[in-house]
Formats: sequence, structure tokens, C-alpha cells
Amino acid sequence: MPPNDPPPPSACWKQEDGRVVLELSGDWRRDGPAPVIEGEPPDQAPDRYATDALGAFDSTLPAFLLAHLRGVANPDAADTPLDGLPPDLRGLMELALAVPEESESGRKKKPASNLRTLGKRALRIWAGFLSVAEFVGLSVLAFGRLLTGRARFRGRDFWMILQECGPQALPIVTLINFLIGLILAFVGNVQLASFGASLYVADLVGIAMVREMGVVMTAIILSGRTGAAFAAHLGSMKANEEIDALKTFGFDPFDFLVLPRILALVLMMPLLTIYANVVGILGGMLVGSAVGIPPVLYWNETLTAVDLTTASLGVFKSVFFGAAIAISGCLQGMHAGNSSAAVGQATTRAVVAAITAVIVLDSAFAAIFTVLDI
Amino acid sequence: MTDRSHNPSPQAKIAVRGLTMAYGDFVVMRDLDFEVMEKDIFVIMGGSGCGKSTLLRHLIGLREPAKGSILYEGKDFTATDPAERGAFIQRFGVMYQSGALWSSLTLAENIALPIEENTSLPPKAIQDLVSYKLSLVGLSGYEDYYPADISGGMNKRAGIARAMALDPDILFLDEPGAGLDPLSSRRLDDLILRLRDSLGSTVVIVTHELASIFAIANNSIFLDTATRTQGATGNPKQLRDHSDNPAVRTFLRRGEDESPSSNSPS
Ligand SMILES: Nc1ncnc2c1ncn2[C@@H]1O[C@H](COP(=O)(O)OP(=O)(O)OP(=O)(O)O)[C@@H](O)[C@H]1O
Ligand SMILES: [Mg+2]
Repeated sequence: MPPNDPPPPSACWKQEDGRVVLELSGDWRRDGPAPVIEGEPPDQAPDRYATDALGAFDSTLPAFLLAHLRGVANPDAADTPLDGLPPDLRGLMELALAVPEESESGRKKKPASNLRTLGKRALRIWAGFLSVAEFVGLSVLAFGRLLTGRARFRGRDFWMILQECGPQALPIVTLINFLIGLILAFVGNVQLASFGASLYVADLVGIAMVREMGVVMTAIILSGRTGAAFAAHLGSMKANEEIDALKTFGFDPFDFLVLPRILALVLMMPLLTIYANVVGILGGMLVGSAVGIPPVLYWNETLTAVDLTTASLGVFKSVFFGAAIAISGCLQGMHAGNSSAAVGQATTRAVVAAITAVIVLDSAFAAIFTVLDI
Repeated sequence: MTDRSHNPSPQAKIAVRGLTMAYGDFVVMRDLDFEVMEKDIFVIMGGSGCGKSTLLRHLIGLREPAKGSILYEGKDFTATDPAERGAFIQRFGVMYQSGALWSSLTLAENIALPIEENTSLPPKAIQDLVSYKLSLVGLSGYEDYYPADISGGMNKRAGIARAMALDPDILFLDEPGAGLDPLSSRRLDDLILRLRDSLGSTVVIVTHELASIFAIANNSIFLDTATRTQGATGNPKQLRDHSDNPAVRTFLRRGEDESPSSNSPS
């Protein structure tokens, strides 16, 4: 054995005339061998330490000692004997054993039982419903304040938000809706061509886009784009205590942050929807001309199929979808927890809630329109 | 006398040579020249916004110097290849000004993560290490709390515990005392001294707490906002009494008038 091989760390429990002695030796290093423990660890703190053979050590040694002391002795016993330890190790142990004034006693978390967890979860779902209802109510009230001129928010913020959720969304709205129009036309043409009724592709694309696809696709795009942005922005403001700061300066965070966002989306959604409808019809027209329908004919056919009532249905729905997306985003953001992880969760929940709300609302509208026979 | 910039003194743990720090065109500090010795407790002082955190970020390699170099044990840290640099960084423990705990992990997980990734200790030993580190900063029993559920000062202390996780060779602390009550702050000074004595760590601290500066520091640098370069280096007690830079003396006396005894006749 080479003479400079480091001695392995060991802890040896001994009895010396009725007193417990812990003999420590070797090099205690994180990257060295695991410590060897000899003798039966007694059910008490050692009365004395023998450290003549102790070599170099890092935190593993005090950690080992502390774990033993915590396991057997009353942890806040400041008079635990530390005789025999080298001065610097003794200093560290004293520091670790000293419990500061604001003691943790009684603050340890109890592990929750399964039943308790289940109950809490159920209550949380119910609380979720309540908070949505409350938030919608607050939005209506804030809107009332806006109409009577008592709501305060910064015009510049409003324009920024308007810009972000409207014009900046145009490229993605264009791409998606153009492709949707294209797909509808392709699929429709395969069926209609077999009846020799290719021209009716224009009717199919026109009605589908204007009644459903244009508004629903735009709403889903904005859920992922704008709803998520709202939740992330408000969530991190919450985490940084920025919202509390607003409150202490006398701003109503609801008027200041939520109202302009809802307003912006409610204004922008109908415009984006009209734009999306036109782009979708153009997509259909491209396929139409590829299968031999001249664009002018296609356009005229579309105009006969889509009357003003049909066209306004989609736009009418878009107002509600816009409000639903903005409310989901802002609600999750304002109710986010105080950490960056919570911001991520809030964003996820906002997108899921927004898409769900859009589809559920759309089904409700479909049922209502059927009953009203529109 | 030999030119010091070509011949750093043998035990200099960190040697900074002609360092100029800048964000784009905005020069924060220029021509910094100082050394941190092995086992020093080195304090970086200066007014708010003068570039203390920026200097720390340069020292730990998060930012590249605009000019000049930083040498660790005589090796140029700024010019080494990433692998060698990584090996150095492994020996650093850093506490950021805002705590920067990972908010999705509990305090115990925050401290255990670097240990798990860098050592092959068994889980029990890691758990013991974690509770030991937390006890050192007075947070035993808070293992299962998330950073969002504890106070600002406690976040700070947990950040210190995480910085110590791997028994670093060099400990960098950015304003560890801010947000702590006088007793905790005292305890922290005690802890820093004990760590230095038992593990032989070198400690670089950014702090404004004059009491703790005089209690623990044996070397310091004062960054002067007015001239955008270093105002003085040396032992803070001596700087307070004998520095020839009035800004340094004023800073170290909290702007109070100098006592007549130390006033040099004009
Ligand atoms: N990421 C950054 N980009 C541009 N400038 C920055 C950046 N971070 C800091 N600065 C500027 O650099 C200067 C120094 O900042 P630094 O954070 O280092 O100050 P400090 O001395 O740590 O102050 P404090 O005591 O308040 O923490 C400041 O003027 C600041 O405006
Ligand atoms: Mg700073």
C-alpha cells in the first residue's frame, strides 16, 4: 500500500468508564470512500470525541455528526457536549445546533392523508367555478365604470395591447385561415366533383368559413398567442409583487390591467374574424381555379351562398370568444402563485381554459341558432 | 521592482488586471486592478449602481471583460477553454443578489440538486448534508418549504446555504446581509469566518453593512462612482482611518464628519 493513500474515514463508538466516546479518524471527503461506522451507535449524544487520528474533512463530517445528534437528542439543547472536537469543527457544530429566535418549532408540515387531498381537490374545483363567476362579474362592473368614466388605465398601455393582439397576429391568422380554406375546398371538391357539382365548393367553403371555421380558428390562435401572453405577463407581475404595488398607489388592478386587455380583445376579435373569413375564401378560390372554376364565377357563387345574416353570425360570436379568451388569460394571471413555476402553470391553464371556453360557447351558439332557425 | 501585471504574487487566488467592464457602449468601471489572496475575506464596496454586482458577474465568468483579464491562481480565466473554465466554476459557490433559488424546488431540493449532480453520495448522506447546510443558516426544519412560502430574508439565507452546497473553494456572496435582522446578520458573519477557518474557503462579498465589513473583512476594494474606477484597495479599517481618497473615508464613516483626531491639518 502506498504510504500516501488517504486513510478511510471511520467513526467508532466506544465506552470509557460509563461515558460514550466517539472516535473519529481518517479523511472525510465527499469524493472519498464512504465512512466506516464501528460499534453500536448509542441512543444518546456522545459525551466526548476523540479526534487524534482525524485527517482533513469537508461538510460530510459535520453533516454526519449533526444527523446523529438530531436523531437522538433534543435538537435545541444548546448544551450538547462537544468536547474533544477540533476548534473549527466545534464552531461549525455550535452554529448548526444553535436554533435562532424565530424557531421552526411547530411549523413542520404534516403529510396530508389521501382523503384530505381528495377533499381539497374537490373544493378547489368548486372554488375555480366561483372565481370564474366572480371574475366575469367584476369584468361587467369594470365595464360599467368605464362607461361612466370612472375606470382608470393608461391609454398608452391600451394601444400597446391592441397592437399586440391585433395587427401583430395578422401573419399567423392569414397563414392558418388560408390553409383552412384550401383544405375545405380540396375535401369538398373530391365529393362534389363526383356529382359534377364542383361549383358548389364555393358555397361550402364560404358558409363553413364564415359561420364556423374563421371565427373558431382565429379564437384558437388567439388563445395560444394572446391568452397565454396575458397570463404570463400578469402572472409574473403578481410574482414580483407589482400588482400589490399598484394597489398601494390606489390603482384598481382590475381596471388598470384586466379591463384594457378584455376591451382590446373584444375590439380586435371581430376585425380579425372578418379578415380571416376573407382569407379563407381566397384559399378556396385558389383551389377552385386549380380545378377549373374561374375566380369571378367562384366569387359570385360565394356571394349568393353567404348572405349578410350568415356573415354576421360568426362576427357576433367572435365578440364573446374574445371576451372568453381575455378573461381566461387575465383570471389565471391574476390568480397565479408567487413563483416562476406558478407563472408557467397559470399560462398552461389559461390556454386550456380559453380553448375549452371557445368550443363550449360555440356549441351553445350552434344549439341556440338551430332553435332560432337562423 | 518587477511589473506586477506580469508576475502575480504566488498565493493570489484571484488577480484582476486592468479590467474594464461595460454593457455595450456603457462603461461601468475601468482599469480595475486588485488581488484576492487565499483565505481572504474580500469585500467589494461602493454606492448603489456603481457596478458591484457587475464585477461579481465578471469574476464568476458570466460576463466577458471589455478589456483586461482575470487570473485564478495565475491562470487566465477569461482566456481558457470552456472545459477548463467549467472546472474552475465547479469550485465556486455563488449567492445572487435576489437569492435566485429555483422556485419549483423545495429548499432541500435546491441544495440537494448540485450535490446530486456533482457527487456520488448515497441519498441518506445527501439528506444529512442538506439539513446540516440549512442548520448553518438557521433554517433547519424548512426543508420542505418552497421559496415562495418563506420570507425574503429566509430566501437570502437559503441562497447562502445553496452557495455552500459543494463546500466551495471560493464563495461569492452578493449582499448577503441585506434583508437580515442584526442578529441573523451577526450569525452570518460568524458563519463566514468559521467556514473560512474550517474549510479554507476564500470569500468575496458585496456588502454595505459597515459593521460586518469591519468585523470580518481583511481586504477590500472600493468602487468609486464619480471616477468610474477603483477608489482604493486594502484593509477596510485602515482605509477608514488612513485612505488618501476622501470618498472612501466618507463612505466608511457613513458620511459623518471625521473625528478631529484623524483630521489631517490642512
Ligand atoms: N443587464 C444590464 N444591461 C445594461 N446595464 C446594466 C445591466 N445591469 C446593470 N447595468 C448597469 O450597470 C451599472 C451597475 O449595475 P450593478 O447591478 O453592477 O450595480 P450594483 O453596484 O450591484 O448596485 P446595487 O448596490 O444597487 O446592487 C448600473 O448603472 C446599471 O444601470
Ligand atoms: Mg448589486
